[in-house]
Amino acid sequence: MTMVAPARMLWSRYFTTEMKRYQRTWRASTMSNILYPVLYLASMGLGVGHLVASHHHLVAGTTYLKYIAPGLVAVAATQTAAAECMWPVLGGVMWEKTYYVAITSPLRTSDIVRGRLAYVAARVAIISVINVAVVGAFGALDSLWAILLPLISVLTGLSIAAPVFAYSAQVTSDSKFAIIQRFFIMPMSLFSATFYPLSAYPHWLRPLVEIMPLYHAVVLSRAATTGHGDVMLLIIHAGVLVALASTGLWWAQRNLIRRLDPR
Amino acid sequence: MANGWLVRKFLADSLIGLMDSSLVRADHLVKRYGQFEAVSGISFSIEKGETFGFLGPNGAGKTSTMKMVSSVAAPTSGSLSIFGMDPQRDGAAVRSRLGVVTQEDSLESELTVLDNLYIFGRYHGLPRAVIRERSAELLEFAQLTDKKDEKVDALSGGMKRRLTIARSLINKPELVILDEPTTGLDPQARHLLWERLYRLKSDGVTLVITTHYMDEAEQLCDRLVIMDKGLIVAEGSPRELISSHSSREVLELRFGVNDHATHSDRLRPFADRLEILPDRSLLYVHDGDATLAAIHAAGIMPESALVRRASLEDVFLRLTGRTLVD
Repeated sequence: MTMVAPARMLWSRYFTTEMKRYQRTWRASTMSNILYPVLYLASMGLGVGHLVASHHHLVAGTTYLKYIAPGLVAVAATQTAAAECMWPVLGGVMWEKTYYVAITSPLRTSDIVRGRLAYVAARVAIISVINVAVVGAFGALDSLWAILLPLISVLTGLSIAAPVFAYSAQVTSDSKFAIIQRFFIMPMSLFSATFYPLSAYPHWLRPLVEIMPLYHAVVLSRAATTGHGDVMLLIIHAGVLVALASTGLWWAQRNLIRRLDPR
Repeated sequence: MANGWLVRKFLADSLIGLMDSSLVRADHLVKRYGQFEAVSGISFSIEKGETFGFLGPNGAGKTSTMKMVSSVAAPTSGSLSIFGMDPQRDGAAVRSRLGVVTQEDSLESELTVLDNLYIFGRYHGLPRAVIRERSAELLEFAQLTDKKDEKVDALSGGMKRRLTIARSLINKPELVILDEPTTGLDPQARHLLWERLYRLKSDGVTLVITTHYMDEAEQLCDRLVIMDKGLIVAEGSPRELISSHSSREVLELRFGVNDHATHSDRLRPFADRLEILPDRSLLYVHDGDATLAAIHAAGIMPESALVRRASLEDVFLRLTGRTLVD
């Protein structure tokens, strides 16, 4: 007879199998994970930065490259987290239907959600470490607090991954993901004070930017790369991400339970 | 006083526990999806060591029943006990002793045969060394040893099915639930699979099978139920079901294409039950040869005649009808 592990640890079994799948593709994905920030910083940071420096004084006391570097780290976490919780999740419930098989083992539906999110957190952490190294190599880090960036990225990733998982668990076609990408992830990546400060927006538009999860992630990441920030405000920004991640987790578990065992 | 009652109750419960060899006991089980009722209050019990079948046309509620017995779906109402436990409360403990072969293979197509077994072993919390040892045995059992490092994508349908069965055995389950295990396989692959299932049965594993292949049910099942529209309409061993719901033999007569209806009145007295189909007439009788001789003697001359033993298929069609269910 099989030993039954403590129920709270069951998700870790799903996490280790996700890592097994990752072993198969890590080389290819790591290559593109390194290439992406290099190209990004070269074109946006150096190229656009040159124009910005000669025409505007938007970014006081810093270079444009340094200004957008934390945005790059946060955007990469967001986009990775979102993608990892779209097609793979729909595959689990609709195409390969591997989730239906996983729950015939001692794993519960909630263990799949937690194990998958833990895997996404690990993926985001790896990418973040690569990004921090590349950003550092471009000379865009001014503070030792930058070592917190992978942690901030994990929090950022979970605040996006959990609600996206919840959404993916209840859709019946992957065409819905294009909508999420085009109308949510992409605009958020562009307009969350990633490329220019909030003060560049008219007053009436700022609240719209401030409710985007990525905005909070960018503020936290920027505080880490520059070493400047109001601690109380930063705690609030982190709190928003924690709230999103935990609400998303609850919602994702509920949706997946309903998907795998409709009532 | 109270103690005496408790002792008596304890003894009575223990005695029931000893006498009750049922691995699965279901009582008025209902499964509803919104307004649709897939299972409408069925009761059954599955004994240790037997092979128990669920037969029924599409939409009869077999898969919903299997999901509840696999303890991955919660009954809407009714009670279900597996290994004496409540699957809603002790789901993980129940499932650690179950093997489940789902209707679709749902293998990790990008991973190798061996990795698929490894992953499922991990779900069960088995140590690496144990998984390695059992995988070798299971690959032998499933005749996949020389495919162990191949990606699942490259396997044939029969091989995938055998891998799915091997996967369900990684935790040495006491009860294996197979939902249409041979659907879509060619005859060779089916027979190999039956042979493997026999082996499991002779090792003392209890099997629960759904199928709509009657020969499969007759071959494998000690006992079975026939389901239709969410209800159990008959229960027993294949032999019992045939003897209680059909005659011993069936005489199949063919006339000219449009003649069947015209012969029905003349044929009726010769059979316990007569069924007129567009292409042939079926006479359910005790002795087919004797009946055929009597029909000839009465001057009725069919184009062709076939005498065969009544089968489970006759029972099935009688109980669930000949209307196509999509």
